[in-house]
Amino acid sequence: MGCIMIFSGSEAAAKPRKLLMKGAEAIGEAAIRAGAKAYFCYPITPQTEVAEYLARRMPEVGGVFLQGESELAVANMLFGAAATGARVFTSTSSPGFSLMAEAMSYIAGAELPVVFINVMRCGPGLGGVLAAQSDYWQATRNSGHGDYRCPVLAPSSVQEAAELTLAAFELADRYRNPVIVLADGMIGQMMEPVMLEGLAAGEPVEKPWATQGCGGREPVVVKSLYLDPQVLERMNRRLAEKYAKMQTDEVQVELYNVRERHDLVVVAYGTMARICKTAIDRLGKEGLQVGLVRPITLFPFPVDAVHSAARHSAAGVVTVELSQGQMIDDVNLALGELGRSAFFGRSGGMVPTPDEVTRVFRDLVKRGAA
Amino acid sequence: MSREEVVIAGFGGQGVLLIGKLLAQAALDAGREVSWLPSYGPEMRGGTANCTVVVSDDPIASPIVDHPRGVVAMNRPSLDKFEGSVEAGGFLVINGSMVDRGAERTDLLVVNVRSLEMAQELGNVKAANMIVLGALAGLSALVGLQQIRRAVEHAFEQKPRALEVNLRALEAGHALAQVEIVRAGAKGRGKGLDGSGGAGGAGNDSDGSACGLH
Amino acid sequence: MTGGEVVFSRPESLRRTPTHYCPGCTHGTAHRLVAEVLDELGIRERTVGVAPVGCAVFAYNYFNCDFLEAAHGRAPAFATGVKRVRPELIVFTYQGDGDLASIGLAEILHAANRGEKFTVVFVNNAIYGMTGGQMAPTTLPGQVTTTCPGGRDVEQVGYPLRVAELLATLRTPGYIARGSLHGPESIIASKRLVRRAFEHQVAGTCFGLVELLSTCPTNWGLTPMAACQWVVDRMIPYYPLGELKRPESATGQVAS
Repeated sequence: MGCIMIFSGSEAAAKPRKLLMKGAEAIGEAAIRAGAKAYFCYPITPQTEVAEYLARRMPEVGGVFLQGESELAVANMLFGAAATGARVFTSTSSPGFSLMAEAMSYIAGAELPVVFINVMRCGPGLGGVLAAQSDYWQATRNSGHGDYRCPVLAPSSVQEAAELTLAAFELADRYRNPVIVLADGMIGQMMEPVMLEGLAAGEPVEKPWATQGCGGREPVVVKSLYLDPQVLERMNRRLAEKYAKMQTDEVQVELYNVRERHDLVVVAYGTMARICKTAIDRLGKEGLQVGLVRPITLFPFPVDAVHSAARHSAAGVVTVELSQGQMIDDVNLALGELGRSAFFGRSGGMVPTPDEVTRVFRDLVKRGAA
Repeated sequence: MSREEVVIAGFGGQGVLLIGKLLAQAALDAGREVSWLPSYGPEMRGGTANCTVVVSDDPIASPIVDHPRGVVAMNRPSLDKFEGSVEAGGFLVINGSMVDRGAERTDLLVVNVRSLEMAQELGNVKAANMIVLGALAGLSALVGLQQIRRAVEHAFEQKPRALEVNLRALEAGHALAQVEIVRAGAKGRGKGLDGSGGAGGAGNDSDGSACGLH
Repeated sequence: MTGGEVVFSRPESLRRTPTHYCPGCTHGTAHRLVAEVLDELGIRERTVGVAPVGCAVFAYNYFNCDFLEAAHGRAPAFATGVKRVRPELIVFTYQGDGDLASIGLAEILHAANRGEKFTVVFVNNAIYGMTGGQMAPTTLPGQVTTTCPGGRDVEQVGYPLRVAELLATLRTPGYIARGSLHGPESIIASKRLVRRAFEHQVAGTCFGLVELLSTCPTNWGLTPMAACQWVVDRMIPYYPLGELKRPESATGQVAS
């Protein structure tokens, strides 16, 4: 399988053109273009293709590829590698992400830039390997212990998976914070044309905190232990300011068919949002105006976009997810005085088809009109 | 708006994902938007596998499809599972070497490809999936034989010895589809095969007539 | 003072910081051995240490070099990350027995098995110190701790782990040794082992681990002198001293 689509770096450099790539491979290639120096991993479906791709590509660009003994170890290797100031990342899927939660907390506490790619599968527990969006809470609140948050970027196409992977490295460096790219299994497995041209690291960020040997300066310590409560609270406040700044500066959202007035407003992200778009197009032909608010950043959540689109919607808002309802909490927070969102979700690896979603939307519009 | 969706399904190891990839690559080379979505998971291990390829002139919203334009059934379970889903007036490629029944639907253009026997005649049974791909190229309104041919050439860059028989297999499959299109046209069943008129894939081949290859 | 010769001073690799360790604890000795070796090899300015969770969590307050503070047991994974990205740095972890032999056993075993070229200083005092004297994987049979008040029952919890012996079975080349900090002679011998382990790293030869038998008078409930004697009487018979594996030796090899 896959004797075509073998993508080599030299080929990519030759001329700008779209390449047919799996989401998992596009993520790996985008990370290299972002200047990632090290990738640590542990195999888990449905994103092992990232590891397989980078096992070949990292040595080509002089980077580090290492398969660790567990996700636990991998995430801690990331701490060590990031502490040297290098751009580093991993990719995993839900159960593996849970194992990384310990280190994520330390990484957030020590304020290290690390990119985590979570290609979600369905849970809880071992669950299944098919596509789901059931790690929304885990990613957007915090996966590990303590008072911290991470930007969460949710791609809905292979191209966007590449672009957001690059963006994640930039955000991580700028905020000295872990950043999560949260994709569903379909994004990881799907092949689509990708334009890699133009994907390049931004201006390097100074990292005076990096442990690179103390030659010519005082030693530095990268740590998260603060036993003095006053010192720790100061630290907590500073972190909170950082997260607040993310909420004002880093929101990304796509509005699709959002107008002055709607019959219905949909909030959905990732692949699920694309299925909703097809349903919206079909309903448009029936004369129904359905708008879509697609959060690209799940944290910070596009509160204003949701609230503003929802203001003039005859049938209100419906949140659509590949879960039994997680993002709906953020949608309801955003709606505030406007009321509560309806919900439609499938889970366990079941993905609704455009037909199914179209029916749901049509019914909601009818009910809203009644 | 031209758009076409194909589901290719069969046992793992029959090359269904590869057929889909080559179709997708050809569509990309032709400047179309494209998505290729595989089934994945435990069913890959010796069970059934399928992929959905969407080709469009516009950005693709849902990569998941309820009613594909065409289905390629490489085995009986795939035919049973997907025959009912094909859009009215769409097409069905049945791998007759592995499927012991014909189509039940009468509103579809059906091409029965005895791929294993044909490939054997061509001298390499491994080329069976290229015969199916050729038939698919003949039926597709959005991707022509020339583009598929280039995708196959690229795919076998590292295996030049296998290329020749695979190209012949591709053309044999394509020719078979042409025959079926003409026959269906004579019966008046070819309608709905493509959105822009013409008798089938060959007429829409932006690189010129597929006949030039014969 | 003129004409005097300095025969003993604080190594440059140690900071001028009052110790927080208990009276009679040998952590200070272990710190000093490592610091002297960093000085002697001239590597302080390109060294990154990794502190454990346990009594030595504040190691970075004493060592005068760059430091990371690891999650419990994960120091070898941290060190792997640093060393893989910056192979020119000298990297060491400093870990206790709970950290290394219990919660972090997978990390140390796999780091050693990958042949990560960093150095591990493993302080074995047969008990959890910082949390107040609980049973460790290295607690001796019959030894009383707060979580085995009747003494370690090997029927219930098995025998103490001999980490150095365990790692010495690996086929991957490595330098594995055990010393003791109970008296001047053994301290001098231990320093030689620590130095050799660092020398192997400087040369890029192999992974190195030196286990140092240490005292915990507070949690053992012994005076410092009695604690040192306890190391001799109880620990050394179970944890024999010496070099268990050298990179050039074929320890752990299986007939192929």
